[in-house]
Amino acid sequence: MKFKSVFDIIGPVMIGPSSSHTAGAARIGRVARDLFGRQPKWAKVHLYGSFAETYKGHSTDVAIIGGLLDYDTFDERIKTSFEEAEKLGMKFEFIPEVGNVDHPNTARIVIGDERTEMSMMGISIGGGKIEITELNGFPLRLSGNHPAILVVHEDRSGCIANVSNCLYKYDINIGHMEVSRKEKGHMALMVIEVDQNVDKEVMEELRELPNITQVTRIAD
Amino acid sequence: MEYLFRNVRELVERAEQENKLISEVMIEQEMLVTERSREEIMKQMDRNLTVMEEAVEKGLKGVHSVSGLTGGDAVLLQEYMAKGNSLSGDLLLDAVSKAVATNEVNAAMGTICATPTAGSAGVVPGTLFAVKNKLNPTREQMIRFLFTSGAFGFVVANNASISGAAGGCQAEVGSAAAMAAAAIVEMAGGTPQQSSEAFAITMKNMLGLVCDPVAGLVEVPCVKRNAMGAANSVVAADMALAGVKSRIPCDEVIGAMFEIGQSMPSALRETAKGGLAATPTGKWLEAKIFGGAVVGSGR
Repeated sequence: MKFKSVFDIIGPVMIGPSSSHTAGAARIGRVARDLFGRQPKWAKVHLYGSFAETYKGHSTDVAIIGGLLDYDTFDERIKTSFEEAEKLGMKFEFIPEVGNVDHPNTARIVIGDERTEMSMMGISIGGGKIEITELNGFPLRLSGNHPAILVVHEDRSGCIANVSNCLYKYDINIGHMEVSRKEKGHMALMVIEVDQNVDKEVMEELRELPNITQVTRIAD
Repeated sequence: MEYLFRNVRELVERAEQENKLISEVMIEQEMLVTERSREEIMKQMDRNLTVMEEAVEKGLKGVHSVSGLTGGDAVLLQEYMAKGNSLSGDLLLDAVSKAVATNEVNAAMGTICATPTAGSAGVVPGTLFAVKNKLNPTREQMIRFLFTSGAFGFVVANNASISGAAGGCQAEVGSAAAMAAAAIVEMAGGTPQQSSEAFAITMKNMLGLVCDPVAGLVEVPCVKRNAMGAANSVVAADMALAGVKSRIPCDEVIGAMFEIGQSMPSALRETAKGGLAATPTGKWLEAKIFGGAVVGSGR
């Protein structure tokens, strides 16, 4: 079941005009910001399908920037996010793409600062609900049926054991787990689907583990 | 994860066997799936209800979108009703005007609660606040209205779609109207089965509805589609309460909606490339709003 909660249907409370193109877009931006871990200095946003065709009318661009500024779907500041971004010195650019993608509402967000950059692909599947389909070139195969944790980490021995130990400590059961890396010894990614909701305390503890770059939870 | 229902048949069976309201089955499932207390869940829905009330109130005072395409129609309708000469009746027009009010607020980038989406956010609250004046429900019954709507929406979202980009307007306003019809039936004292009949009757009359927003804005024709979605749901609820049944079972109607959405060309799924968006006036409005070459004279 992609939609688990009644509040996926009656909700979210949001700034109009579109749940998929505004609220969903804000959420995609916010997950990107969350994964990046801090305010990015620049953003290049590629839009596909319906996002590319109608982003101006739906304020999809304004909403994605709002998300990158860490605003929730109901945050009134979404309306003035371009101005807010300018104040913070964040440069941004929107690139409507013509290529075919699997889902009509797809955005690829590339963000960065002087230290690093990150690329993430998200889709907005309706009613404000989103899925993240790719991170830094790693395809994410999330069922969407369970809460998931994404861990970006250095490819070092012990990382996977440390993360699973921490989850075990909080009695969180792993339903599905995938690990991938681009090159030996460089950046790697753990995608962990769990049976229980993961609260802030666990997230904090995961972040403190050695060689962990970023931790975020999605689809819960 | 265990779910109490995956389709309308299971939902209705469970409600009737356990002698429970559909809203109650939804609340119990929510408790089970999210591991939250009844109190927390009721409280969150109460907050959503408040957001809906505030949006209607704001819209009835008159709002206008940035583009200038929509706004003010909710006020016109209320003024017309006040004269006492309406043909379709006060309850129906009240539902229509409150649905319009919500969507006008949405188009003006106001705060709304998506039900199930923002573009279709007017139907459920519009009908709820109109029926409220006739049935005098308690606050809890009003909250339950949203759980009943949500139960049917949950089935549609998981077995078909609630996205205009994926399935056209039938997936958005179609779903919203059908959800509202089912909830009206419960509030009016109908059976769970009658709720499902009302849902099916409404959805059948929304099948094939395309998503063709002018200039890509959630305004034309979205606001008026919410209006007519609300009207549809009130009438379908009455039909179901009268004992009228749908020959095609509810779940099969939802299946048909999904199939129709799948075969809908992309131009008619929220790309602003076909339908009303592609009419001479639609294109003229788009050029006027976003600049660029104005082709033709429009109106």
